[in-house]
Amino acid sequence: MKPESFIPLLLALMLSPLLPGVINRTKALFAGRRGPPLLQIYFDLWKLLHKGAVYSRTTTWIFRAGPMLGLAAVLTAAMLVPLGNFPALIAFPADFLLFAGLLGLMRFFTVLAALDTGSSFEGMGASREVFFSALAEPALLVALATLARQAGSYSLSTLLGQVAGGHWLHLGPVLALVMIALMIVLLAENARIPVDDPNTHLELTMIHEVMVLDHGGPDFAFIVYGAALKLWLLAALVVGMVVPATGAPGLDLALVMGGMFAVAVVVGVVESVMARLRLAMVPQLLVGAGALAAAAFLLGLK
Amino acid sequence: MGLLFAMAILLLGAMAVLALSRPDRNVSWLGAGSVVIASVLGCVPVIQVLSGGSIEAVRVPWPVPYGEFFLVLDPLAAWFLFPTLLLSALSAIYGVGYLRVWQGRRSLGPVWFFYCVLVLGMMLVLLARNAVLFLFAWELMAVASFFLVTFEYEREAVREAGWIYFVATHLGTAFLLVFFLLTARETGSMDFTVWAEKGIQTRGLADILFLLAIVGFGTKAGFMPFHVWLPEAHPAAPSHVSALMSGVMIKTGIYGLLRSLTFLGLPPLWWGWLLIGIGLTSGVLGVLFALAQHDLKRLLAYHSVENIGIIALGIGVGLLGVSTGSPVLMVVGFGGGLLHVLNHALFKGLLFFGAGAVLQGTGTHEIDHLGGLLKRMPWTAATFLIGAVAISGLPPLNGFVSEFLIFLGAFQGGATLGAAGAVPLLALIAGLALIGGLAAACFTKAFGVVFLGEPRTEHASHTHETGWAMRLPMLLLAAGCALIGLFAPFVVGALQAVLENTTGLRREVVRVNLAAAAGPLALVVIGTVAFLLLLVALFLLRRGLLAGRRVEQGVTWGCGYVQPTARMQYTASSFVQPVTTLFRWLLGTHRRLQRPEGIMPANASLTTETPDLCHGNLYRPGFLKVNWGLSQLRRLQRGPVQLYVLYIAVTLIVLLAWKFR
Amino acid sequence: MNNTNIILVLVVLTNLKLLGSSRLGASIRVVAMQGVVLGLLPILAHTNELSVRFAVLAAGTIALKGIVFPWFLFRAVWEAEVTREVEPYVGYVTSLLAGVLILAVSFWMCERLPMPETLASSWLAPVAFFSIFAGLFLIVSRKRAVSQVLGFLVLENGVYAFGVGLAPHTSLLVEAGVLLDVFVAVFVMGITIFHINREFDHIETNRLNTLKD
Repeated sequence: MKPESFIPLLLALMLSPLLPGVINRTKALFAGRRGPPLLQIYFDLWKLLHKGAVYSRTTTWIFRAGPMLGLAAVLTAAMLVPLGNFPALIAFPADFLLFAGLLGLMRFFTVLAALDTGSSFEGMGASREVFFSALAEPALLVALATLARQAGSYSLSTLLGQVAGGHWLHLGPVLALVMIALMIVLLAENARIPVDDPNTHLELTMIHEVMVLDHGGPDFAFIVYGAALKLWLLAALVVGMVVPATGAPGLDLALVMGGMFAVAVVVGVVESVMARLRLAMVPQLLVGAGALAAAAFLLGLK
Repeated sequence: MGLLFAMAILLLGAMAVLALSRPDRNVSWLGAGSVVIASVLGCVPVIQVLSGGSIEAVRVPWPVPYGEFFLVLDPLAAWFLFPTLLLSALSAIYGVGYLRVWQGRRSLGPVWFFYCVLVLGMMLVLLARNAVLFLFAWELMAVASFFLVTFEYEREAVREAGWIYFVATHLGTAFLLVFFLLTARETGSMDFTVWAEKGIQTRGLADILFLLAIVGFGTKAGFMPFHVWLPEAHPAAPSHVSALMSGVMIKTGIYGLLRSLTFLGLPPLWWGWLLIGIGLTSGVLGVLFALAQHDLKRLLAYHSVENIGIIALGIGVGLLGVSTGSPVLMVVGFGGGLLHVLNHALFKGLLFFGAGAVLQGTGTHEIDHLGGLLKRMPWTAATFLIGAVAISGLPPLNGFVSEFLIFLGAFQGGATLGAAGAVPLLALIAGLALIGGLAAACFTKAFGVVFLGEPRTEHASHTHETGWAMRLPMLLLAAGCALIGLFAPFVVGALQAVLENTTGLRREVVRVNLAAAAGPLALVVIGTVAFLLLLVALFLLRRGLLAGRRVEQGVTWGCGYVQPTARMQYTASSFVQPVTTLFRWLLGTHRRLQRPEGIMPANASLTTETPDLCHGNLYRPGFLKVNWGLSQLRRLQRGPVQLYVLYIAVTLIVLLAWKFR
Repeated sequence: MNNTNIILVLVVLTNLKLLGSSRLGASIRVVAMQGVVLGLLPILAHTNELSVRFAVLAAGTIALKGIVFPWFLFRAVWEAEVTREVEPYVGYVTSLLAGVLILAVSFWMCERLPMPETLASSWLAPVAFFSIFAGLFLIVSRKRAVSQVLGFLVLENGVYAFGVGLAPHTSLLVEAGVLLDVFVAVFVMGITIFHINREFDHIETNRLNTLKD
């Protein structure tokens, strides 16, 4: 365990709430508004952590445990994801399976907490969440299988670096397909447009936001922070594919941070120029992402 | 030999409960006691063999033609015996509590008799090394479980389910009969040990035998499309029997398949493809049909099909490893499949116990009639939740460990093999990921609708927690799920002997490859520990934050609606509606919709039902045709005696002509 | 070499998009794009022997496949003025998965077929086969006549890609012949669609069955 392997975890812990801020700023720019401050999520977290809580009489311990379990899972996942050239705290062959599993665990308990309220709105969100993520998961793992085959290694910390380091020159198209697939997974998993709209206030059209409708206070702070971390981690996967190691740690760090914010800007641009898809179209998008990743795998066979 | 002693106790126990049985007498403790004692006794040699002890064998002459009472306890048998004995004992304890409601209404002697015989049959199947003895044990198991399934024979549905099971299992046995006859003719012996030594040398014959084994053993295991009996028989049987059948009895099919693979020599590549194909079909369709069900036990039965599919995927990876000469794939694939056999026994047993507790408490297994049970049945809910997380293959529980191994094999093979190996493995990765996601969807549905929210009907609002006899087995199984997750590297290490036995690889090769798989698992465990520590930290943080602040109770936010009722909650059917809509061409869900009409709509209803794909489209028409064909034979039976004598004469002449031709 | 690969990946992408898209207009645009991309193939695939021949071929292909055919098809759709949905027999998600399966099968087949050494890219043959099969799949699995023309075009694109990849060996005459065939076919089909519409007010081929008596 090298000292620099703490860097990805620390940066994720400190800077992840910045990404939604960047996305919102980008969207505001497109809409010609000034937009909320970049640090808005930090303010929100601070405020929420200082509140009391209101619980529905229908709910049980599941509702209270959901946010804690979710945040603990995503924090553990943060130990598994490298950032650019900096390896993750815990790295082992097929560590991405644990990563995917932990995100699954987080989702499992978020969904159960939503169902615990007995609200039909939250049930609706929960139903969509499990369905879409079940379709996003194959895309994620097939994309990673493609990368693992090209890099010849099975740990996120090594395979991303190797892909970024040398394979773009002769396998550019294949990797581009994988990257598109991963971007779609990122958008779907983080409840962004075109899969879900984080901004609407109509419960019927939302997925993630409606599931956490009844949470408040510190519980909601855990959820908001967990969501920001999840966005950061998936963005780190995409960025890790692209940003090569230069040898100079300072430059590496600058490149990688630039990459992270670039992803946030891209997400913001997508949200500004696209409409949310009809729910019936979302499976097509996600299966399409899987198809892209699988096509990349097949093209990479030769 | 401890196992012989255990079998003797089972036999004695079976006789004793039958002899002492009377409607007013409680023979449950006698039956369950003998099963528990037999299991404890049996576990000793099993654990010895698994930890590398010497293989035990017993040979006693048996007057049946070609038969010999030949039992061998080798590591493969021991690996399957362990969950069998464990779950048999726990189901027996659970059964004592579960059957209590029948006390006085029904003589419980027969049910305990058949329970003991079923356990005995399963043990014999796993130990038998003589084909005749194996088939005898196989039948014993089938017949005993048939009588257990039809425990509530007064109900029409139960009788129907029993017959479907009876016919299905015997059709499977017919294939096995051909399998054994062909193998015996080729090798000139009825001895499994001889078969394994000689092996089938003819390529074509080996292929045919492999297919016969897939159909014959696959029917018992529940491979799609031979699974039709599972969703019928499991809901019909008493819950402790469902747990035993689904948890371990269907695994005898997997055992049979693995055992026959040791006879068949080097597998060609397509065997691996076929198993991966079967695994994906069973897995994906199993979980999809499970999603569409709203009968809790039927849902669990379809999940057995899914998990058998996952086991088949593991074996498929292993077979690809054998064909391509890759010890990594062999060890990780077979290892993952075998570990999933154990894991599935634990969590499926647990879930069926939970379903039984719900059924007993509320009187229904219709998911949409339940709700809010967590407040009334906290223990059942907590253990069911652990089972649900485990079966969804999520960390940190045991389901994740075995799926991790299979995935690990698929990723390594996908990265190193040529196209012929890599492409099926890619399909496996995509399929297994989809299965995992859909399983999570299904169990959030099952747990969420049954245990969370508000009670939807009267059934759910007046229930009570189960007694200790039923609670204890659930707690033990839940602990087992957690322990396998926490001690994953050691559990994987325990596969050493059985993998040597199955793959025929050298000890050193197995050890090195197992260590390579256990290494990542050790780090998974470190991750798990970190997760648990973080959880504790967050718990303390939250408690600290909320201490001294206002924590209020209110009603669920209804988005402005002020008069919510429990019937407005999302139901199981509405929860899965997106999935069932997307896959409606496959599921063929029947909808009966009565729309609300008029200005003051009174009655409106929506019923959905998803019957089995193969049952309705494949078997029913097929059997109707057979039935029609056989009914044509009735024309031969006209009545006059003269005609029958004519038949006899004709037969005689034909036979003589055949002889002297 | 790398440029060829990018083009081939784009062909794969456009085929997948076509399998998954529900709108006729979008489908036509995708096929037009595929035509343009393929038009660039002769120039990029044989950079070392750039010649007027290839330039003419490229220009002709782009003009025909990128402009003329789509224009015809758009006209057919406008004239018909019915719903703009593709109306598949096989759902979009299933079609996408079938597409991936077809791609896998194409790779598998091309591993087994003897291939000339001088192919512009090792992906060329599989991608060409993929296009051919995807085109056939579209023809089989879609109801609308326009979709079937599109499927036919995709099929022809596959043949074309293979031909161009082999260009040094085979005469371009063959290619020109194929192009001409397609041109005639699209022309005839366009007119037919137009007439089907005029006579029956809809362009679903499955309803043509009633004409068989």
